Parts: sequence; structure tokens; C-alpha cells
Amino acid sequence: MIYFNNVSKFYDEESPALEEINLTVNAGEFVSIVGHSGAGKTTLVKMILAEESPTHGEIFFESVNVHHLKDANLTKLRRRIGTVFQDFKLLNNKTAFENIAFAMEAVGKTDEEIKSDVPHVLELVDLSKKSHHFPRQMSGGEQQRLAIARAIINQPELIIADEPTGNLDPVNTYEIVQILKKINDLGTTVILTTHNRGVVESVGKRVITLEKGKIVRDDKNGKYVI
Amino acid sequence: MIKILRIIKAGFISFKRSGTISFASVLIMTVTLSVVTSIILLQASLNFSLNQIKEKVDITIYFTVKAPESQILSLKDSISKLPEVQSATYVSAEESLALFRARHSGDYATIAALDEINENPLGGYLNIKANDVSQYESLAETMKADNGLVSGADNIIDKINYHDNKVVIDRLNSIISGAQKLGVLVTLILIIISVIITLNTIRLAIFISKEEIGVMRLVGASRNAVRGPFMVEGLIYGVVATFITSLLFIPASIWMGNNMTGFLGLNLKDYYLSNFVQIFVLIGLFGMILGIISSFLAIGRYLNK
Repeated sequence: MIYFNNVSKFYDEESPALEEINLTVNAGEFVSIVGHSGAGKTTLVKMILAEESPTHGEIFFESVNVHHLKDANLTKLRRRIGTVFQDFKLLNNKTAFENIAFAMEAVGKTDEEIKSDVPHVLELVDLSKKSHHFPRQMSGGEQQRLAIARAIINQPELIIADEPTGNLDPVNTYEIVQILKKINDLGTTVILTTHNRGVVESVGKRVITLEKGKIVRDDKNGKYVI
Repeated sequence: MIKILRIIKAGFISFKRSGTISFASVLIMTVTLSVVTSIILLQASLNFSLNQIKEKVDITIYFTVKAPESQILSLKDSISKLPEVQSATYVSAEESLALFRARHSGDYATIAALDEINENPLGGYLNIKANDVSQYESLAETMKADNGLVSGADNIIDKINYHDNKVVIDRLNSIISGAQKLGVLVTLILIIISVIITLNTIRLAIFISKEEIGVMRLVGASRNAVRGPFMVEGLIYGVVATFITSLLFIPASIWMGNNMTGFLGLNLKDYYLSNFVQIFVLIGLFGMILGIISSFLAIGRYLNK
């Protein structure tokens, strides 16, 4: 599904953010990318979204080189990917309902579809009662659950979760991981970046370890070794 | 269609929810539109004053005492038909004498001398107003030459006073055209300054939303879906500011009408109220276009990712 071909990224010449990354993620996989801060985890996922361009190499989403896409096609690609971030990246001027509705409007869903699907997904992440709350009126865990609801509403093929538990307490962390596992069980590919050992071990799936921009381990059995 | 409705709705909701930012943007836009309205009123005063001055300028053709009236009237008809002539008024020899007597009614020596002559020493004359001050010279040249307007016209013309007044007319002409050029320049400078201030305020308002713009793009919103609501907000700034400005200028113009008519020459209250709809439409269009274009330009740089 995703293929990194000899990808390097240099912000300055002396310290590469990523160096010669060769990586394949298959459809339906749950891949945890671990590493210290600055190891290149976020840069790597940003490249899948074409938020960052590689200095060398290519990144393919299925057969498409994502960095050769024109604006309209890039927009279409992003509609196939759900994103969850450490800082939630919600639309602060919109309610929980409207945040999810916005993602549906972006893909051209009708008002009827929005009215029927949004309550459903809010219920799935246990936020039915917060439907008309603004993000600032919600706790960190609730905001992250809302971000996940927004990410899955259009049934994307891939979920990218970049340090989704970084700002959460253990209880909320556990809940978020369980939701991501459930999403993966339903067939959606998940790429999770984290430096939380507990998260990686509770997922128990493929783990890629990054160090100074290079892949140093790629384990299929979910070990956190740094 | 549904997309446009969603964009319009999103723009209205965002305007309502971004309280302080919307307030600041409307305030700045109101200042800009007030500058534009003030310029409209000042230009009206300036044009009024210039027209008043222009009205006072004319040239007079004095006819010889013996000039036959039929020939004079025929010349008047021909002159009236010239494209540069606004009006030509004939004062006959008798009327001219009556006016002279009235003007010198307290001057017994002059009146006595006039009675002594026992005949009318004054000829008739023709007052000519041109459409524009700059046309007087060519008009005077046309009169001077035997131009075929009326055969033998140069025989009945005693003198044309253009050349006596030439220096004054030329100076007035250059003052009028200078004042008009200065007016345009000042207008342009003030409008450019106002536009820059408004543009930067809206840029600041959009800068605050740059994170959100990035998020919208990340969830797959097209450029137009992201840009649209901001442009609608810009348009709303323009509309609201137009209403506020138009209403503010009602008491302001009444005050100016009551207190400054003597100084400006024009009653700004009457001018503003009688041209209210035109001014409203003008500043409304200006405000809306400024709001939309400012938003369009300001958001561009954040849409690239």
C-alpha cells in the first residue's frame, strides 16, 4: 500500500532528518513507528501526506508517487487518509459535530448523510453528549477521541496517528489505543508513531524503530527496543 | 450549489464566532469607508466651488453703436450653435444704457454728462459662457476672425474683452486644473493607505486561522472550500462596515450642513442625503470588493500545503 524508495530528507546538510528509508506497509497492517524525539517519525508520516517533500527518493501510495500529484489529486489522496495528531488539530471555531461534518463536506457528502452518520460516529467514540461542545470545552482525551472520529468518518484506507497519546493520561491513552486497534481490526491500515513503550507493547504488532533518521529495527512481533 | 450554500453558511458562522477579530476587522473597514465617504464629500465641495468660480468667467463681445440688431441676433444664433458654447445672452443698447444708469444712479456728474449727449453712446453686447474655461481662448479667436458665422461680423464688433481678462482666466484655469489634479492625487494616496491598512488587518485575522487552514487542507478540503468562507467573511466585513459608515455620516453630514455650509459653499447635509443611495452603493461595492480581495490575497500563502 505504501512504499518508501530510498527516501532521504535534509533540512540542513549536516544532520539528515531521514536517511535512505526503504519501507513497505501492506494494506491492513498496524505499524508502530518508534524512536526518540527528533528520530524522524513525524517527518516520515508527513511525507505520506505530502506535507513534506523528500530531498531524495520517492514515496508511493499504491502506485501513485504522492509528490508528483497536482493539487486537486493531492486533495483526493488526503481524503483517503485519516489523520490523528498529538495536538489534536481540531477546528476550534467549530463544534464536535461540525468538526466531523466538515470532513464529510470535504468529500462531498450530502446533508442527509452528515445528519445520519455524525451522531453514529460520535456515539462510537463516546462523545454523543458533547456533540455541540467546542474543542476548548472538552478534555484532552475527548478532543483526541473527536479527532479519531473525524479521521474515520469517511472510512479511509489508512489512518496516520502521529503521537496520538502524547498529551494524554494512561486511562485516555489506553482508550485511544483500543479504538485504533478496533479500527485496524475492521480492515483499515494504521500507522502509529509513538515513544510510549506501553502503547507499543499493548498493540503487539509490527514495530519499526528509527534512530537519527535511519531504520534500525523492523520487528513483526511488537517489541520496543531503543 | 450545495457547496456554495455551505461556504456562505460557514462564512456567516465564522463571522459570528470570531467576535473580537470580526469586530476589529469591521472597525478598520469602517475607518476605510469613512475615508472614502469623506473624499466623496470633499470632492463634491471642491467641484462645487470650482464650478462656482467657472460660472463667474465669461467673455463679452461689445458691438458698435451703429450695429444693426438683426445682424447681432443672427450672430448670437450662430454662436449659440457652437459646441463649446454653453449660453449666449444678448443685452441690447437700450438695456445696456438702463443698466449703466442704474449702476451710476448716485453719480450725478456721470448721469448729467449722459443726459447732455442726448443719445445712447453705448452699444449692445453679448455675454458668452463656454462649457469649459479652457475653451475661451479658441472662442475669442473664432469671434475675432471674420469667420463666416455672419457675413461682415467683424464690422459690427467693437471689442472682445477676452484679452483684457486673459491673464485672470489663464490663472484661474491653471488653478482649477491644479486643484482637480491635487484632489485626485490626495484621493488616491488616502485610498491606497486605507486599502493597505484594511488588507493588513484581514491578513492578521487570517494569520490567526493559519493552523485551521492547514487542518482543513489535511482533512481533504479543496482550496475553494477553505478559501470560500474567508472570502464570505471579507464580504460581510464590507457590508456591515457600509451600513455603519452610511449611518454615521447622517449625523455628521447634518452637523457639517448646519455649521460648514458658509465655509464650503455646499450644503453637505443636502448633498449627502440626496445622493445617499448612490454613495451607499459606491462605498458598499468598494467595501465588499476590498474585503473579498483582501481575504483572497491573504489566504493564498497558507493554502499551499
